[in-house]
Amino acid sequence: MLRDLFTNVKKQQAIMPNAKSKSDVPEGIMTKCPECKHVEPTKELGKLLKVCPKCDFHFKMTAQERIDSLMDEGTFVSMDDHLVTENPLEFPAYTAKVKKDAEKTGLNEAVLTGTGKIGGNEVAIAIMDAHFRMGSMGSVVGEKITRAVEKATELGIPLLIFSASGGARMQEGVLSLMQMAKTSVALNRHSEKGLLYISIMTYPTTGGVSASFASVGDINLAEPKALIGFAGRRVIEQTVREKLPEDFQTAEFLLAHGQLDAVVHRVDLQDVLSRIIRLHTKGEAAQ
Amino acid sequence: MKKNMSFEEPIIKLREKIQELKEFTETNEVDLSEEIRNLNNRLIKLENDIYGNMETWERVQVARHPERPTTYDYIGELFEDFIELHGDRAFGDDAAIVGGIGSFEGEPVTIIGHQRGKDTKENVKRTFGMPHPEGYRKALRLMKQAEKFGRPIICMIDTKGAYPGRAAEERGQSEAIARNLVEMASLTVPVISIVIGEGGSGGALALGVANRIYMLEHSTYSVISPEGAASILWKDSAYSKEAAEAMKITAPHLLKMDVIDEIIPEVLGGGHRDPKQQAKNMKTVLTKALSELSKLDADRLVQDRYDKFRKIGVFSE
Repeated sequence: MLRDLFTNVKKQQAIMPNAKSKSDVPEGIMTKCPECKHVEPTKELGKLLKVCPKCDFHFKMTAQERIDSLMDEGTFVSMDDHLVTENPLEFPAYTAKVKKDAEKTGLNEAVLTGTGKIGGNEVAIAIMDAHFRMGSMGSVVGEKITRAVEKATELGIPLLIFSASGGARMQEGVLSLMQMAKTSVALNRHSEKGLLYISIMTYPTTGGVSASFASVGDINLAEPKALIGFAGRRVIEQTVREKLPEDFQTAEFLLAHGQLDAVVHRVDLQDVLSRIIRLHTKGEAAQ
Repeated sequence: MKKNMSFEEPIIKLREKIQELKEFTETNEVDLSEEIRNLNNRLIKLENDIYGNMETWERVQVARHPERPTTYDYIGELFEDFIELHGDRAFGDDAAIVGGIGSFEGEPVTIIGHQRGKDTKENVKRTFGMPHPEGYRKALRLMKQAEKFGRPIICMIDTKGAYPGRAAEERGQSEAIARNLVEMASLTVPVISIVIGEGGSGGALALGVANRIYMLEHSTYSVISPEGAASILWKDSAYSKEAAEAMKITAPHLLKMDVIDEIIPEVLGGGHRDPKQQAKNMKTVLTKALSELSKLDADRLVQDRYDKFRKIGVFSE
């Protein structure tokens, strides 16, 4: 009898024109945490830096949200927004996909770069945006990051890179692979000048991005529970035929295995970054 | 994997037929030399037709041929007094990357390369030429050693990619690869990389930040294996052939994209058909490259490497 009752409810809902929006969380106004299912007004969640107030789940941020949450107000100046992705391998539908994501995100590619201040100190910054083709790295992403690194080297200022990427972009083939080398040679120059590079790994930092600039910061930080790794979990499971631990390739897993300097909660990130930068400013550390 | 590649069936059949005729003339009192000569001419034409016009997937098959010469084979042919050096001094010795010192035309060099196995047992030992972090760290240790003693570094790339496994992730596969990319950038000695088989993803690139990058004619270099690309882009690894074509992974493609400096010609049908001759082809190129690079001082070598990678990429502004 009880079962019938539920079935009826379901059926009734199914024929209602607005059934979906009524049964689910209204899109836009409320946001449901994929981890603990807690529902929070989207506006409130934004004030909480998109961290679930119940379970600390860190939602993905857009590059602009990062800027707003970290940089001293009004100091950020973006660079290289004019670079345009081409289709060097003539991959079907690639140009259209890039265009669509550009419209969706307001970015020219999967990374936003520029200069600005954090805690009063000038830095060059690159923030990858996973909403743009999963944050994958093709020629333009590699070029923008390289130019940001070169800017930091030229100005003699610290460099921050926020990674959020599924890895190299398949549609640009080996050119994407070579962006790993391109960004690396630029990072080497920045480092040789004795300048600070902080890498901040966020959900997700995998593949070619993980295996290049993201892993070689003077200081490597990550957000809680961020997925970080080289090979995909499924590929590894197929290779080794063993069940991988639940926390495999999480920030905490990497910390435990000596691959990270610290896991930093998003709420503390601005303060931690400011302090690290200050401690690398000679003669001003006491300020 | 079969030793005979499907696309060379007509050649194999013709060769067998010629062999049969030869044996027949030996055991019987008939003169078939005219027929044999004709068939031999046909064979040469057929080989030129088939081996001279290989499609992407055929090149992939050659690059993966079980008898394709490996790093060890070329070390034996190209260098004198080779001594293998083991271990990363931190965790272990990865048999998927081998390295050591030897001399090339009288000059000491450091040689580092991915090492596949030639049979199942050896492949298990060498994890099919797919390195763990300690392999990359051993490579970097040997590079730094070469730098200290002013020796040029010659790398041979031959891997499907870095090993995808739990232990590899735990020990920092990403960091090991990334570290090599960054550190190779500032090496003050000449670095030459040759893709001798498959050059797969970051696992290959970690030996590839060089002043000169060459590919053997039928080798491949790609961001992901054809199988991997197929399963991501087509959601089905059965489309590997299509993926290989779409990803443009052959030596001529890479030359066109300005990613490599030169293609080293292969023996007709692939290096495995005459490894000694194949090594000679490589020797010619190595001699030239080393003589050119030896003229550059440390700063110019680093600058040369910077410029080389700095310009890679296609976009408009």
